[in-house]
Amino acid sequence: MKGFDTDLEIQKKGYARPEVLVSTEWLADHLDDPTVRVIESNEDLLLYPAGHIPGAVHVDWAHDLNDPVRRDYIQRSGFEALASRIGITPETTCVFYGDRNNWWACYAFWVFQLFGHTRAAVVDGGRIKWEKEGRPMTRDVPKIAPTRYTAPERDDTRIRAFRDEVLEHMRRRLPMIDVRSPQEFTGERTHMPEYPQEGVLRGGHIPGARSVPWARASNPEDGTFRSAAELRAIYEGEVGLTPGDDVVAYCRIGERSSHTWFVLTYLLGYSKVRNYDGSWTEWGNSVGLPIER
Amino acid sequence: MTEPTSPARVPPTLAEVVQRLSIASREERTETLLEYADRFESVPPEVATRPFSERHRAPYCESEAYAWAVDRPDGTLDFHFAVENPQGISAMAWAVLLSETLSGRPLDEVLAVPPEVVRNIFGNEVSMGKGLGLMGMLDLVKHEARLRIVRARRA
Repeated sequence: MKGFDTDLEIQKKGYARPEVLVSTEWLADHLDDPTVRVIESNEDLLLYPAGHIPGAVHVDWAHDLNDPVRRDYIQRSGFEALASRIGITPETTCVFYGDRNNWWACYAFWVFQLFGHTRAAVVDGGRIKWEKEGRPMTRDVPKIAPTRYTAPERDDTRIRAFRDEVLEHMRRRLPMIDVRSPQEFTGERTHMPEYPQEGVLRGGHIPGARSVPWARASNPEDGTFRSAAELRAIYEGEVGLTPGDDVVAYCRIGERSSHTWFVLTYLLGYSKVRNYDGSWTEWGNSVGLPIER
Repeated sequence: MTEPTSPARVPPTLAEVVQRLSIASREERTETLLEYADRFESVPPEVATRPFSERHRAPYCESEAYAWAVDRPDGTLDFHFAVENPQGISAMAWAVLLSETLSGRPLDEVLAVPPEVVRNIFGNEVSMGKGLGLMGMLDLVKHEARLRIVRARRA
């Protein structure tokens, strides 16, 4: 992609695949680039309408990426409709950013990869860094000319893991990363008050999983990703992962773990990382599945 | 569409907002909530100054929301808020909504506001974490009302 190889701010952090990350400075220089579509994805649905990077479109993780009825992601037709609405073609470089240290940006990035949209990157530091640097924000929603996008069928085989696959993964004692909070990992916290629909009947973690809360991969001051050396110290030094490992990451519903999936896959260059989006809300509610505390 | 909470359990000022949003489109809901957020003003210094006491911090709220109650002569309360995370737009909207609809209302009405009003107002799309934080703000407001009710009974 044009410009990515000269993004020195990213290059110096030592990532395995630096082309999937852009700096806020790079983005500021490419706001008018017709080959780039800037996409904001947040937890707080009021953030985008309250102000966003000029030209950015909004992709809502629940409304746009999830099937409205069953627990699953949109199908090919849904992705094509979304792509048309936000005015992208397979040749468009989608640059994602958002709140919460890019948690939702990584989630949207991950769903886009299920449909093979590989021309994609995440803004290092996301919304918080852009705002802290005093860069322009607007409430103007861009007028986007709909495009025609022909997507492949969703490919759930490479980067997505399902319950039975995770069970087999566990039996084979392959590496698993639980990215939830330590309290969720130990089972001290089982369900969130007032949210029985996202609660679980059993607390704990999948046997063999190691706890690495997702946010450890980010610098809390500006939301940027930690350098490759710092990330290796966490995932390899502390947990013992290696780049050739077959790794499954999970959280409660697969959003926080998409952040860790992004880190392991692109920033550290791991060859096989899958996100178990059923995560604890499926595992902790399933009859008979083993649980460790 | 979110099924609105029974108006009988919600103070009329808040019930009116719930009713309005229950028939609003997604865009109208967003626009309305944004109007509330735009009116947000942090707690005045005569009520609280930084560093804020953790006692006033809303549980579970990652927007770092704080709430205070100031007694009115008639026994009701004025509610004030701070939202320390500048990205906490929903928390700001909710703070204004709570302040404008519950300040000056009878304490038993405040205490009766059910937690599901958060989903009635913000919609079913609100994430677990966000919803939990907004409910935490409501809990804090209700806690202040409960304190006054208990004190009054003991007096």
